[in-house]
Amino acid sequence: MTALLSYTLRLADTALILGHRLSEWSGHGPTLEEDIALSNLALDMIGQARLLYDYAGQVEGKGRDEDALAYLRDDKDFYNLLLVEQPNGDFAFTIVRHFIFSAFAYPFHSALAASTDPILAGIGAKAEKEMAYHLRHASEWVIRLGDGTADSHQRAQAAVDELMIYANELFEIDETDHALIKNGVAPEPDKIKPVFLATLESIFHQATLKAPTVRHPQTGGRKGVHSEHLSHLLNEMQSLHRAHPGAKW
Amino acid sequence: MVTSAPFQTLNDPDPRLALVVKAIAEVCDPEIPVLTLNDLGVIRSVEVAKDGIIEIAITPTYSGCPAMRVMELDLQTALLKAGFNAARIKTILSPAWTTDWMSKDGREKLLAYGIAPPAAKASRRALFGDENSLACPRCASAQTVEISEFGSTACKSLWRCQNCLEPFDAFKCI
Repeated sequence: MTALLSYTLRLADTALILGHRLSEWSGHGPTLEEDIALSNLALDMIGQARLLYDYAGQVEGKGRDEDALAYLRDDKDFYNLLLVEQPNGDFAFTIVRHFIFSAFAYPFHSALAASTDPILAGIGAKAEKEMAYHLRHASEWVIRLGDGTADSHQRAQAAVDELMIYANELFEIDETDHALIKNGVAPEPDKIKPVFLATLESIFHQATLKAPTVRHPQTGGRKGVHSEHLSHLLNEMQSLHRAHPGAKW
Repeated sequence: MVTSAPFQTLNDPDPRLALVVKAIAEVCDPEIPVLTLNDLGVIRSVEVAKDGIIEIAITPTYSGCPAMRVMELDLQTALLKAGFNAARIKTILSPAWTTDWMSKDGREKLLAYGIAPPAAKASRRALFGDENSLACPRCASAQTVEISEFGSTACKSLWRCQNCLEPFDAFKCI
């Protein structure tokens, strides 16, 4: 697999899996407005995934389209971040997960918009606007929950404590990234990290939440090593397409 | 500021282009049917491709906009009706769509339809800045509050007027 294909699939899988997780809230949101919001966030992520899969299919050049890539690969061939495959938990957990992700994704896509690869640059420019909106929405909720009642504070803090072990993976660099950073296709994570940390510090402070000291950061998703949660998610997400290949409606 | 949706037909003398532009002029947004695709600014170019086939480029308002496929179909249908049975609709992403491309006509049509149009300038607002208050599309009162950052489609949010008490949709500024 070329570095560009591998890199594009990592981005696509991360967008799809997070979009699917958010879509699990459809019809179950704590309020009508938030139900609509989570479904809209899901739609943006799945839209980004489709653009990225479409490109990955072209880069690969073997005739696989977005459906083949999304529905006909197994868990070990998915390269999404571990953060996004974590089950939704309660509302605070979903919001904190989305806050951590969008605090990264917003500056990431701003930087990707300047990629030397014109397709990735176009996707970055599009996604940047969407992620800015996601970050604002998630940040407001993190503050509301963290600085809310004793119960909402405790739930938000528990989510932060559990999810921060996956934050390091957002900035990992391996041989795939090295090759693409060198020729200006991929943004440098080191330039994104300070923006990410500043956002977390500012919002956690306003939310009266504490970032935990992470002793054992978790990693592996970008190499296809996942928690068992991904397999269950794929089992549900892919079942229809696999039972009825090529089904249309 | 770009107030209309310019697409390039000028450099190409092919007489079919004028007919194509006319044929697609009335194609509307499937979710906000008072707006034409031109009003919305999603049609980016109308050209004759190297192989001689008419090619229309459209750009999505949001990455996941479910109306894109319907827009393609509606454009194809309008072209078929005008006698063009071999046209291509392609999607382009760059430059990314912005509400700045919505036409002045489009903004007025939205307002008349009861949707607050996007503020006319600079789409890049402050990330955590205060939202400018919007005028109620029904009674024009400035006493309005946002009740949901997300609305019936990806491109809208929900507001309420504290003067006439009516809820209304607002087009998000991006």
